[in-house]
Amino acid sequence: MAGASSNFGDFLRRLARNRLAVAGGAVVLFFFVLSAFPNVFSRHEPNRIDVLKILSPPSADHPLGTDELGRDVLARMVYGARISLKVGFVAVGIATAIGLLVGLIAGFYGGWVDAILMRFVDVMLCFPTFFLILAVIAFLEPSIYNIMVVIGLTGWMGVSRLVRAETLSLKERDFVAAARAQGAGDARIIFRHILPNALAPVLVAATLGVAGAILTESALSFLGIGVQPPTPSWGNILTAGKDNIEFAWWLSVYPGLAILFTVLGYNLLGEGIRDAVDPRLRGR
Amino acid sequence: MTGGDGTVLSLTDIFKHFPVRRSFFSRETLRVHAIDGVSLAVPAGKTVGLVGESGCGKTTLGRVALRLVEPDSGKILFLGQDITALAGEEMRRTRKMMQIIFQDPYSSLNPRMRVGDIVGEGWLVHGIAGSREIRELAERLLLRVGLSADAADKYPHEFSGGQRQRIGIARAISLSPKLVVADEPVSSLDVSVQAQILNLLKDIQEEYGMAYLFVSHDLRVIRHMSETVAVMYLGKLMEVSPAEEFFGNPLHPYTRSLLAAVPMLGGAPREKIVLRGEIPSPVSPPPGCRFHTRCFMARKLCEEVCPPLREAAPGRMAACHFV
Repeated sequence: MAGASSNFGDFLRRLARNRLAVAGGAVVLFFFVLSAFPNVFSRHEPNRIDVLKILSPPSADHPLGTDELGRDVLARMVYGARISLKVGFVAVGIATAIGLLVGLIAGFYGGWVDAILMRFVDVMLCFPTFFLILAVIAFLEPSIYNIMVVIGLTGWMGVSRLVRAETLSLKERDFVAAARAQGAGDARIIFRHILPNALAPVLVAATLGVAGAILTESALSFLGIGVQPPTPSWGNILTAGKDNIEFAWWLSVYPGLAILFTVLGYNLLGEGIRDAVDPRLRGR
Repeated sequence: MTGGDGTVLSLTDIFKHFPVRRSFFSRETLRVHAIDGVSLAVPAGKTVGLVGESGCGKTTLGRVALRLVEPDSGKILFLGQDITALAGEEMRRTRKMMQIIFQDPYSSLNPRMRVGDIVGEGWLVHGIAGSREIRELAERLLLRVGLSADAADKYPHEFSGGQRQRIGIARAISLSPKLVVADEPVSSLDVSVQAQILNLLKDIQEEYGMAYLFVSHDLRVIRHMSETVAVMYLGKLMEVSPAEEFFGNPLHPYTRSLLAAVPMLGGAPREKIVLRGEIPSPVSPPPGCRFHTRCFMARKLCEEVCPPLREAAPGRMAACHFV
């Protein structure tokens, strides 16, 4: 495993052989480019209201039609992609950081430290995550920043379990004993010797986590407690679409497809990375 | 810089038992008797060979000596200082003087670190050198153990087993230790590479003047390396003798059977002793002498009384009622 996963070229070659993963990666890349250069993809302002063009169907000027205030759907979707990616990455960043720290400490120190941390994980997993988020958001102001933090704070348990398991096996390896014999302290052993070797499954979990976070953000925005209008997000475009679904199908279909393909893309990419990093991780 | 009597390491009455999986419902604890009251001294600059079959506790003893595994009881004297309970910073500073070479050259090198960083880690954590000096020192050390200087920039997976073992040796000697525990350093290597590594270890010992606690199950390797031989069986020492006398005239019946089992090319056939049965489980070692279940000299007494390790001939120790 050591030789296999430390060779980045091999990893890329194995990843490239997996067509589904490449397709997933392409979708992910496409949405990245979209959110990096939004004005290249749409000529309109996302929040510009045009009362003369309320709910107009797709046309040459508005390729994906307009919404109930006459705003260009394509422009709103492109800027919404930016929000979704931001939420996805920041939330997963928070979740991964917490999960790594908890998993490393629990796995490395073991004993009662491990017992307490892992029981806390069990407790966190007992809550139905989505309702926990709903409850927390009900107390806080619904804003994109609160959403990111709350999704992050409720999504770290899986990572911590993965990292703990990895740490348990890594800390028995001889190179850790060698580092201890050299006089390295706990912090150095944890962050220099164990962490870099525990990252492969975390990368996979994080990629899959981005998909989950985007989905959660869309759901929250759809329910009106996520990203607040007029800031566009795929979720709140859908909300508008729900009210007008009889007259304006394009308001529901395009954001729905965007969510579907993004989530699918991240999942395929994540699974591809998992298989390319280490076939033993398959099915975890 | 040794204990008063010229020893670097002196282990006294070391015990180490590992608890094994208990059933969730029972309170009964099973324990693997890895080390059961072992006392052993390693003289400065010399090599003590520690032999025994797989699972006899020799690797654990090597790790206990460096406190990589904590003993349940007993005393570890290192350079005259009791390090058994040394904690934190003091222990860290002591570690500079004691190092280890591992059996498995694959799991003993961090796959995510460059060889230069692996070899130079000790200098870094002890604040002996800055990163630029470390680079230079690491290159010099890699050349010394027979690798090229540009190895410092590579990762462990780019090397063969023998080369990796050289990297492990470079790491072990980087801090100029007084004691190196060599835990089966050649048993996972090809025979041709084994000889190179053994000679490297000998040369380095002469150059640096350090002592080895050389753990191996291969008597030929032990003979090549050691001044003193200690034989371990099921967590206890059976015999401790100077190498020459050990190989010429083994005392303990277990030692005799071990030597009889070494394959020889040519030479006179030696006494033939075939051991009965398997090594008993270290979870429930036999009462009395540990070896009596397989011993060709066993009598009633052996089943009841455990023979202590005592001077059986001038300068030689054996744990048997009848020698």
